[in-house]
Amino acid sequence: MTHAALEAGPIVEPPDPAAPRPPLHIRRFDRPTRLLHIVVMTTFLGLSATGLPLLFSEAPWSRLLAGLFGGFRGAGQFHRFFGATLLLAVVWHLGNVGWRGLVRGERGLFWGPTSMVPQPRDAVQLFQQFRWFVGAGPRPRFEHFAYWEKFDYWAVLWGTGLMGAAGLVLWFPVAAARVLPGWMFNVALFVHGAEATLAIGFIFVIHFFNGHLRPGKFPMDLVIFTGSVSEDELREERAAEYARLSAAGALTVPPPSAALSQRGHVVGTAGLTIGLVLVAFILYAILR
Amino acid sequence: MPGMCLRMVAMARTPEMKALLTAICLCLGGSAVAAAGQSVPKPPANDDCLACHGDADAKRANGTHVAVDVPAFAASKHGPMACVDCHADLAMLAEFPHPDTLTKVNCASCHDAVGATYHDSIHARAREKSGLNVAPACANCHGTHDIRGKNDPKGRVSHAQVPATCGACHDGIKVKYDAGVHAAALQTGDSRAPVCADCHTAHAIQRADNDASRLRATAQCGSCHAAVVESFTRTFHGKVTQLGSAGAAACADCHGAHDILPTSNPASMVSPKNLQATCGKCHQGANASFVQYDPHPNPRDYTRSATLWWANRFYWLLIPGCFGFFGLHSLLWFWRSRKEARAHKDGTS
Repeated sequence: MTHAALEAGPIVEPPDPAAPRPPLHIRRFDRPTRLLHIVVMTTFLGLSATGLPLLFSEAPWSRLLAGLFGGFRGAGQFHRFFGATLLLAVVWHLGNVGWRGLVRGERGLFWGPTSMVPQPRDAVQLFQQFRWFVGAGPRPRFEHFAYWEKFDYWAVLWGTGLMGAAGLVLWFPVAAARVLPGWMFNVALFVHGAEATLAIGFIFVIHFFNGHLRPGKFPMDLVIFTGSVSEDELREERAAEYARLSAAGALTVPPPSAALSQRGHVVGTAGLTIGLVLVAFILYAILR
Repeated sequence: MPGMCLRMVAMARTPEMKALLTAICLCLGGSAVAAAGQSVPKPPANDDCLACHGDADAKRANGTHVAVDVPAFAASKHGPMACVDCHADLAMLAEFPHPDTLTKVNCASCHDAVGATYHDSIHARAREKSGLNVAPACANCHGTHDIRGKNDPKGRVSHAQVPATCGACHDGIKVKYDAGVHAAALQTGDSRAPVCADCHTAHAIQRADNDASRLRATAQCGSCHAAVVESFTRTFHGKVTQLGSAGAAACADCHGAHDILPTSNPASMVSPKNLQATCGKCHQGANASFVQYDPHPNPRDYTRSATLWWANRFYWLLIPGCFGFFGLHSLLWFWRSRKEARAHKDGTS
């Protein structure tokens, strides 16, 4: 406060930082998005747990893990169920995006600050992020989706498409052979396993770290379960989005209820635990 | 005591050793008899037995032969042993000629471990539980007085002779086996060519059409065909088999078991001509395109499948690339966050 200001007008009470302020939350994920994450998360965990015994069939834990699903045959049935569910979820999502983008004309889905589509800004921010890592610059001002979130999204979409296609070929080989040469079974099995290794390792290590385990979020970020983020957190994490929303009159919502947060904690803890246990299994199989 | 001594004599590897052990045995045996007193009858020596049984025309009252081929017995594994070591109930006999019916020779009195293994086998169960008298006991495979070790090429249980020995009963299987690649290899003197006992075992022999046998078989084949079985373990069939499920095709399901023929033979299950039928056993409706599947893929072999080779290359770049880049990304992020948190703490305190 400058001297001039003190003289100029009536004294205004400065806001007391200790006084309880209504906590402002900003909506980040709508209900269908959160549901989609739950479905992808559950089926992905299920696919991993039922597929890994086959991928690492020589590992000492493979029979044990398959045994949880009723042995190899049971694990196979669960694997197909989870796979089909995930494929349906992805088809629904693509239909939803198509409907919103093409029919309802939400162009913001395909380009702009809230779009998942990689844009020049993402390359710049990736560079800025590394600069911030080494202490040579400020933190990038992220928008609705940061580049690592876009990478996750496209990796899951691409991986589900590729592994789903390979999985269907292996599920219905006789039918597949009517249109594909038989050596495609070899390629399909190889790609299914290699892409699984990549996806499982990426989700259970990199995505877990980026989304949940890193300092500041540890042990988990509830936003994907509750749908909203506090104003402070958004300002800190996504300066560009915060500025845009403030300018437009941010869409604030009440903070998540205790029950919703608790549900998020339970689901998140279960998911993180299963994923990390599976990673431990894989490391044991590779390193022993 | 004499029996045990003679077992040791029989196991002696050199003639010198044999002579020494025989001398010790004689001393021990003699003193044992002396200690027992004169009331115990002296067991008949082999020469006493051969006085009758050495005659090639020796017969029982009912006309069945009881002659012992003396040179064959001398050349046998048991040559140094006394007749009464096996025909134990004659050891205490004072009156000769002895009765026609004697107690059956019990090989397990010396070969107890093998006896126990045999006892759980399908052959023993057939004899002892089902009363199938034609099922073999020891002598049916090993012979009687002419018994020889498995390393003796002339023995019935020697590697080269096993198919003939088993084939004496399992004639139909032997015909199939003789037509296959393994019999052909055996004919050329290949000591690694598998014979019946290599897959079925000798004394512990079990039914081969159960899951446990099917799962064991892959490792058996792999003891020679290591690279082929390794490629198999890369496939869905192989992984399922490794996981302990017998539901997927293993070696014998495609190649056959006794009548394994080379791909070049039109009668082979894996001859290109028969592939659709062979795959079709499980995959009903398998067409010509279906059988282009490679059941023994090798992603490192470009000539076998260029597509697989490229896929392997691609993922060997993609997976380390992704983990390397984002691994570094995460580590740096962790490091920077910790540093900022510390700076924040220092700033506020």
